[in-house]
Amino acid sequence: MSVVTETTARSEENYRVTRSRRNVAWTWIGALVVVVVLALFPYIVYSGTTTIMVQAFIVLTLASMWNLMAGYAGLVSVGQQAFVGLGAYFVLLLALHGLSPFGGLPVAAIGCGVAAVPLWWLVSRLRSGYFAIATWVLATTVMLFIEKFPSLGSGTGMPLPGLSGYSPTLLVAYTYWIGLAVTVLALGTVYLLLRGRLGLVLTAIRDDEGAARSSGARVGLARMLVFVIAAIGCGAAGGVLAISQLIVQPSAVFSVQWTAEMAFAVIIGGLGTIEGPILGTAVYIILQQTLASYNAWYLIILGLVAIVIALFARRGLWGLVDEHLHVRLFPVGYWLWAPGSNGRRGLRLRLRLRRGERHS
Amino acid sequence: MDWVNDVIQGILTGGLYALFACGLSLMFGVMKVVNLAHGDLAVIGGYVALAVITITHIPVLWSFVIVVPIMAGFGYVLQRTLIQAALDRGVLTTLIVTFGLSVVIENALLQFVNANSHSLGTGNSIITSSFSIGSQIQIAYLLLLIFVVAVVVLLSLQYFLSASKYGRMIRAVADDKEAAQLSGIDYRHVFGIAAAIAFGTVALAGIGYGMYSQFSPTTGTDTILLFAFAAVVIGGLGSLWGTLVGGVVLGVAQEIGSQINQSDQLLAGYIVFLVVLVIRPQGLTTRRAQS
Repeated sequence: MSVVTETTARSEENYRVTRSRRNVAWTWIGALVVVVVLALFPYIVYSGTTTIMVQAFIVLTLASMWNLMAGYAGLVSVGQQAFVGLGAYFVLLLALHGLSPFGGLPVAAIGCGVAAVPLWWLVSRLRSGYFAIATWVLATTVMLFIEKFPSLGSGTGMPLPGLSGYSPTLLVAYTYWIGLAVTVLALGTVYLLLRGRLGLVLTAIRDDEGAARSSGARVGLARMLVFVIAAIGCGAAGGVLAISQLIVQPSAVFSVQWTAEMAFAVIIGGLGTIEGPILGTAVYIILQQTLASYNAWYLIILGLVAIVIALFARRGLWGLVDEHLHVRLFPVGYWLWAPGSNGRRGLRLRLRLRRGERHS
Repeated sequence: MDWVNDVIQGILTGGLYALFACGLSLMFGVMKVVNLAHGDLAVIGGYVALAVITITHIPVLWSFVIVVPIMAGFGYVLQRTLIQAALDRGVLTTLIVTFGLSVVIENALLQFVNANSHSLGTGNSIITSSFSIGSQIQIAYLLLLIFVVAVVVLLSLQYFLSASKYGRMIRAVADDKEAAQLSGIDYRHVFGIAAAIAFGTVALAGIGYGMYSQFSPTTGTDTILLFAFAAVVIGGLGSLWGTLVGGVVLGVAQEIGSQINQSDQLLAGYIVFLVVLVIRPQGLTTRRAQS
């Protein structure tokens, strides 16, 4: 923050500070075009493609949420499957009481957010690595608890009712659109949050927690907010999963594999950037589709790639793109224009960079 | 009498959980590494034992003579390469790398071995037989043996850390690795030794688990890691005797849970874990809160 105020003070010397090097309006128009084109997909492509796209939407939503937690709030959760499962089960529960799964999805997502508050109270007592395993234990506990309800199919799960009225083609299209809507909302929320006050607080915490605390940043509250938002996002993704699978099985929706997928997508794409999860999801889906016939191979390769990237290219694939092209699709940092600069040689404020990683 | 039996069975199973937990606890205490692949390492220990027994026809009870050194060597190498590289880059990277390792190990076992369950030493009379006290209490020789091994391991680890030269080095590095470095200790080598010990104990636990129950590629994350972690948290972070207390409490809770309802065994253990987390987040045995 201090950097920003300093530069505004010197603005009479023709320094300018903007969010992006380019006009932000173009980003918005570009995003709008992409969303409209994606929304038209069910009319253009085969249903096989839309099914893969729904999977991509689920992974992208999950990855964006995991990125918000790990990349910005420093919360490494290995138990996000708790909320994927809860979202799916809330949709099932509402559908059993006559609410359409499509109508029940927002309610289910909010329900996950509400459930996240007491769960946060439990796991926030532990830090970093122990926090990670605690979330995992919690996810398993939630699964074991839900398996105790015969009305929800106990340990075997049950088919999702309330979707038999739709024709198969229409159902595929609706599933696709709700998946797209959830993803757009998730990305939009993350973007707006990080541009706002929470984004500043989170950056301050990440750079120096003690200093952030003493400057009055409410660290605990910010972290809880992120945990709850991530729960809502993962719950919504879980709801989309239930609708696209037409069945809710505890071992499938509460599988730790969801966390593996979201974490690897984020690490490969680039932790701590909004663009990273998008790129990572694309890599994930391509790997998964290419290696689909080789069973467990795609997770082995995904895991190895994630390890290598975590060690040797810590800013992920998007970091490599950013380093060479200086592109930001979702500018949440700031750009400093030196007097008389044309932008190409503009001094860049890497406010969002990890401490000790500041180049240029 | 049923309850007495449950408590005794729980205490004995707790020994196994403590054996799982002490490696996790040691690696956290010394290197500040939370090894998310810990459970999968125990499963690897089980598979290595299976391979060693098949090849050398060594009795299952003596398989540890070969398996533990193999795993300890593996631990030293892994610590000096992958884990140290991750540690140099921060806590987040360490978590991601060990989580990646866990997923890779589990799926590699699924891919190259198979998804079947295996167990060690079926048909061995010492492993399968038991003796009884009174009419209600039956104690399996194996469980008793595992418990004794766990206590012996914890005792010798305690003695090693407090009295031996390497133990002093490990404690020094755990306290302040830069200061230890200045005093001429190569902390990376000491980290490697600590990892070797942790991997050795987890291999022992893996063999014990293989004789006591069945393991498959997914056992490491489904069961072992979470049990070990619950035992560590219940007992108190960073305390060796705490892990034994934690393991025993977890074991007893599970036995009592399964007495109430067969399917509640796991849930009961985790509920006790959550209750401890709420009431005494610092664990049952430690006084001071540690973060």
